[in-house]
Amino acid sequence: MRAADALCEALKDEGVKHVFGIPGGANLPTYDALYDADLTHIQVRHEQCGGHAAEGYAKASGRVGVALATSGPGATNLITPIADAMMDSVPTVFITGQVRTDLIGTDGFQEADVTGITLPIVKHSFMVSDPRQIPEYIHEAFHIASTGRPGPVLVDVPQDLSRADIEYEPSTGIPDLPGYQPNTEGNIKQIRLAAKALANSQRPVIYAGGGVVNANASEELRELCASDKLPVTCTVMGLGAFPAPHAQWLGMLGMHGTRSANYAMDTADLIVAVGARFDDRITGKLSEFAPRAKFVHIDIDPAEISKNVPAHIPIVGDAKDVLPKLTREYRALRPDSERLDTWWKQIAEWREKYPLSYEDSTDSEIKPQRMIQAMYAATGGDAIITSDVGQHQMWAAQYYDFPEPRRWLNSGGLGTMGFGLPAAIGAKVACPDDDVVCLAGDGSLVMVCQELATAAIHDIPVKIFLMNNGYMGMVRQWQELFWDGRYSSVEMGASPDWVKLAEAFGVTAMRATDKNDIEDQMKTAIETDGPVLVDVRVTKEENCFPMIPAGAAARDMVG
Amino acid sequence: MEAGTPDLIKLEDLEVANRLTGRKHVLSLQVENRAGVLARIAGLFSRRGFNIDTLTVGPTEDPNISRVTLTVDGALHPIDQVTKQLHKLVNVIKIRDMEPEQTIAREMALFRVSAAVENRAEIMQFAEIFRGHILDVSRRTLTIEVTGTSDKIEAFERMVRPHGLVEMARTGEVAIARSRHDA
Repeated sequence: MRAADALCEALKDEGVKHVFGIPGGANLPTYDALYDADLTHIQVRHEQCGGHAAEGYAKASGRVGVALATSGPGATNLITPIADAMMDSVPTVFITGQVRTDLIGTDGFQEADVTGITLPIVKHSFMVSDPRQIPEYIHEAFHIASTGRPGPVLVDVPQDLSRADIEYEPSTGIPDLPGYQPNTEGNIKQIRLAAKALANSQRPVIYAGGGVVNANASEELRELCASDKLPVTCTVMGLGAFPAPHAQWLGMLGMHGTRSANYAMDTADLIVAVGARFDDRITGKLSEFAPRAKFVHIDIDPAEISKNVPAHIPIVGDAKDVLPKLTREYRALRPDSERLDTWWKQIAEWREKYPLSYEDSTDSEIKPQRMIQAMYAATGGDAIITSDVGQHQMWAAQYYDFPEPRRWLNSGGLGTMGFGLPAAIGAKVACPDDDVVCLAGDGSLVMVCQELATAAIHDIPVKIFLMNNGYMGMVRQWQELFWDGRYSSVEMGASPDWVKLAEAFGVTAMRATDKNDIEDQMKTAIETDGPVLVDVRVTKEENCFPMIPAGAAARDMVG
Repeated sequence: MEAGTPDLIKLEDLEVANRLTGRKHVLSLQVENRAGVLARIAGLFSRRGFNIDTLTVGPTEDPNISRVTLTVDGALHPIDQVTKQLHKLVNVIKIRDMEPEQTIAREMALFRVSAAVENRAEIMQFAEIFRGHILDVSRRTLTIEVTGTSDKIEAFERMVRPHGLVEMARTGEVAIARSRHDA
């Protein structure tokens, strides 16, 4: 069998049904194989978006997302999604074409050392040097991408090798990788110690991150929290792992988190971190982060433990394995729930004093926060929401109460503008029965607007709700607050006309300018067949508050 | 068990381990003998801001496995973080943070020292004391090989430097664990 056909067979044997990508010279054999293969290929308009679509596919479904690109510029266009998938631990496999083996190292046409370039941003990578390795590497790539702490794996396939003739035998079972044995079972002694610490704490906080979503451990997290009155906060990656709203839910923590969540962290005596990595957007000034707290840190990646904040009780393991054990051990101690009464009284005071709030307009002007609330109402809180990066992302994290995991897909670690639309396309392909809404920013969407063509041509009915304030809003906010209002290159101006642009791509479009109409317009968009864009004109210079200024401590939140 | 009373620990008793050990660590890695493995290791160090003092690579008794010996300053970097990051590299099979008392470590160095007639004898004497070998002689220089611990090599360097150290090349340490006495 031709190695390129074996590659497609290997993908199918891994359960792949959809791949995203663009053909080119070096991956022609693969695309020739795809012509007959029983795989659906979504032809995107830029390789970066193929990568983000694969991420959206993976985040929405939990299955490995696959993106293809040719050598050279095709491969280098994948750098951003690969880095993004690394930061957010997204199970993805990227397959790049490479120039013929006799050209490698000669600066051949469209040659780029993509394995070299991507070394710091992949979980692992494979450079094929023998065509018989292709199916084997694909099998290993899927295993590595999807187990332990998930992440991106690159397979670089030289053009001539994918044309070679090989025997294909499906690879099954766990591949033999002596240097890769992720530890999933938490140490029971450490778990018991954590349970005792928790039972003895007076001011505990459960701090959950994207690892809980990746581990499909939301139920297990809810069980733990249901065993007592434990307050819970989530990172931007963890939203949905614990249902919002909920009596024990403090809201998101971190730079644009709620005061209740950040003050609780600041005052806590014990913080139980689950699948979270104490990112600088969470800690603010590290030396003043949670100064009264001891830390239990549960993570599948041992290197995350004590990386930023030293853990008093480290537990390496899969949240899905560790959390039920912790719940059992905690319950067995029969902790006295009343010990938390004072703590809850304090939290209630914060909630009362510092709710999320904004001043609505007195006329028809659409405040961005109101747009998010309308979006929640229009979707019943039940859609998969993808987001770009910026103010709209933070407002959604604050005002859209995510009830379930895998309903909020955003670029948390790398902060990639333009993530939303391609991720929505990927999510809709993975979950065709769900409503998929891309909450876009105008600064972000213009970076990837060519994917409107992908949605139109493949008839992928994503609904794009564009929060259009005519600025790169978050950068503008920083320039206003911290750079004396000197607006340097943040204005987007009146171009493009989004309705015309969307229509030019074959996407239905409408404009929203009245706060009383947006919910209905969004509902109409959701009910309309095919992809739809709603250009929502919001207040131009609204700031996203509260916030921890960069380098400040959580207790010094402003706004 | 009564609710909320027995068998609990006091939070104030919980402590974290000191992350900086303050001493030099010799890390002995078994890695897959494949293209690009060294680049992954070196790249990891530069990306994470860890500084490698010395690094050597060579074959082992198993042709599929190479040994990388690294020395890292535990006063500057948390060694557990260094080893945990290294463990994440799929091609790294095993890492050993060598215990100083249980480790035999050696490196080799070549010194070219200016040796005029009047101080040549003294330099040759140093070489003898350090059990070095004179490999090459010219009218103005001596080239000397010294093998030993890093301390010994540094001591030799201190002795010859005042005479004019023209060139020096050091291999970096290789290390192996001591056998148990009863083995």
